Amino acid sequence: MYVTTAVIGAGHAGLAASHFLTAASVDHVVLERGEVANSWRHERWDSLRLLTPNWLSRLPGAAYEGPDPDGYADMGEVVDLLERSAKDVPVRTGVNVTSVRRSSEGYTLTTSEGPIRARTVVIASGACNRPVVPSFDVPPGVEQVTPFDYRNPSRLPDGGVLVVGASATGVQLAAEIQRSGRPVVLSAGEHVRLPRVYRDRDVLWWMHHAGVWAQRYDELDDLTRARRLPSPQLVAGSTLDLNALTAMGVELVGRLSAIRDGAALFSGGLRNVAALADLKLTRLLDAFDEWAGTVPGERHEPTRVPKSARWRLDLRSGEIGSIVWATGFRPDYSWLDVPVVDEKGALVHDGGVVGAGLYALGLPVLRRRGSTFICGIEDDARDVIGHLVRGLR
Amino acid sequence: MSNGVNVQALLDAREVLKGAPEAAQFTWRASSKWQHGVHSTTKIEKFFGLGQEQSHKNESVFEADHPAIFAAEDNGITPIEYLLVGLAGCLTAGVASVAQNRGIKLNSVESVVEGDHDIRGILGADSDVRNGFNDIKVTFTIDADASKAEIEALVAQSQKRSAVFDALTNPTNVTVEVA
Ligand SMILES: Cc1cc2nc3c(=O)[nH]c(=O)nc-3n(C[C@H](O)[C@H](O)[C@H](O)COP(=O)(O)OP(=O)(O)OC[C@H]3O[C@@H](n4cnc5c(N)ncnc54)[C@H](O)[C@@H]3O)c2cc1C
Repeated sequence: MYVTTAVIGAGHAGLAASHFLTAASVDHVVLERGEVANSWRHERWDSLRLLTPNWLSRLPGAAYEGPDPDGYADMGEVVDLLERSAKDVPVRTGVNVTSVRRSSEGYTLTTSEGPIRARTVVIASGACNRPVVPSFDVPPGVEQVTPFDYRNPSRLPDGGVLVVGASATGVQLAAEIQRSGRPVVLSAGEHVRLPRVYRDRDVLWWMHHAGVWAQRYDELDDLTRARRLPSPQLVAGSTLDLNALTAMGVELVGRLSAIRDGAALFSGGLRNVAALADLKLTRLLDAFDEWAGTVPGERHEPTRVPKSARWRLDLRSGEIGSIVWATGFRPDYSWLDVPVVDEKGALVHDGGVVGAGLYALGLPVLRRRGSTFICGIEDDARDVIGHLVRGLR
Repeated sequence: MSNGVNVQALLDAREVLKGAPEAAQFTWRASSKWQHGVHSTTKIEKFFGLGQEQSHKNESVFEADHPAIFAAEDNGITPIEYLLVGLAGCLTAGVASVAQNRGIKLNSVESVVEGDHDIRGILGADSDVRNGFNDIKVTFTIDADASKAEIEALVAQSQKRSAVFDALTNPTNVTVEVA
């Protein structure tokens, strides 16, 4: 089989790519190892709702049309949205791409359904294919769970739970596990604090309208740092910062720095990471006010850090039954046999242009701060596919 | 505007060392000699870095002892106080560098570093008490051409990039051998 463009992955990024390829009359195929919206169907926990409100759920060819634009979609609703967006997209599901190689005419793809030759390739295989789990020597009696294994608290063993990581995933899981009656110790490194609502509007309304998400990758002071920024402490419907978790009874400790002789050792720098997050939050709200041209709105109580947070937790005492690793996700390029991945496993690209007819979509700050969000894909896909189409002429 | 920190040199070094991790491997060295009682003298001059032996302009000499209330001669500060020296020096350097990088003119930077220490640990009087500090508190007083929030951000950022802050807040493998 030969196509001008092979798109790998039928998440929202691959579907958006297809819309712009169709608009430019480029013959193409979207290859998906599972189903459309596979990650949303199979790699998320039961209670998850988008942290972006419905009115931000806009894709080329589909937008939220339900009765609750200010609500937050559950996984069924996200899958629906993507399926609507996939209506006229040439997706081939159940096709696993196991190798992509350079060839004289472009690229040769090896797939579970046979080889495919393509002049150009769009990598839309996702930024979160694998949970990142740091390698520590966890004592055998303690169960370890990643966000990919986790479905709901009832599947965790009884006893305390150490949740490592205080970004979106970590704070959400910490809250629901604590509510299930299992005492949670939350290990927090650097994090991004956000209130759910600022001045009566969803904080993401401000991110969107004040132009934060539209900031371009080539205009940022420190792109590397922007691309490594953890996801914000947000959950559908309410504020879930460290103060909210403390109020629920979650115990805060510093960043996990080692497990030694069966004891978890946490950094003594918790107060500093909390201070950094508080300062950044204030700066962000200042920027919103400046954009709005109004007097400052409400400010938030500084993060309450325990006076002497524990820096040692014995994992063999029975206090902790399981560890949930909410330590981030990474892409998987094991199938990419083109030397375009750096020593840290990141794809080397300039705003999604890898070079020689190879493109990427859906990576953090690919072209804009909002690149990984559903609402950020349309502008990115237009730019990246525009570049691809110009290259075909 | 200058606080006297060559930030450009640091930024250049960061770029160069990104592609040359071997050159970024440093070994800092101190040589110590027992004098008498609990008094020792430690000298520091040479270190290794950028792929070769390096030397400070001058050798520095540090006396460590214990105060008279510990029935010692007090020829110098106690070893654990050297940690406070290191932390103050490191955070202050950080404040100056970050301020330079952000174009903030510093008029004065002072700090008090306090380490709370329950000495029952080192005396073996209570096995539940640790040997080292329980809590360390640093209080900065900074006069700069900047807002309070900007000054707080300088102090927060200096901790984020501090070698001594990291060494004190996180565990480190330490190997002690007899040659
Ligand atoms: C827990 C979590 C919560 C999130 N919440 C939000 C949110 O609230 N709002 C928001 O806007 N964004 C959110 N995101 C970010 C982002 O929207 C999702 O990660 C989204 O899934 C990214 O879409 P994508 O198309 O780039 O990748 P994916 O949805 O991961 O799609 C990639 C597709 O490629 C397929 N694939 C991968 N490799 C191959 C291969 N070799 N061969 C064939 N197919 C392959 C996969 O099966 C998958 O279907 C969240 C992310 C996570 C992880």
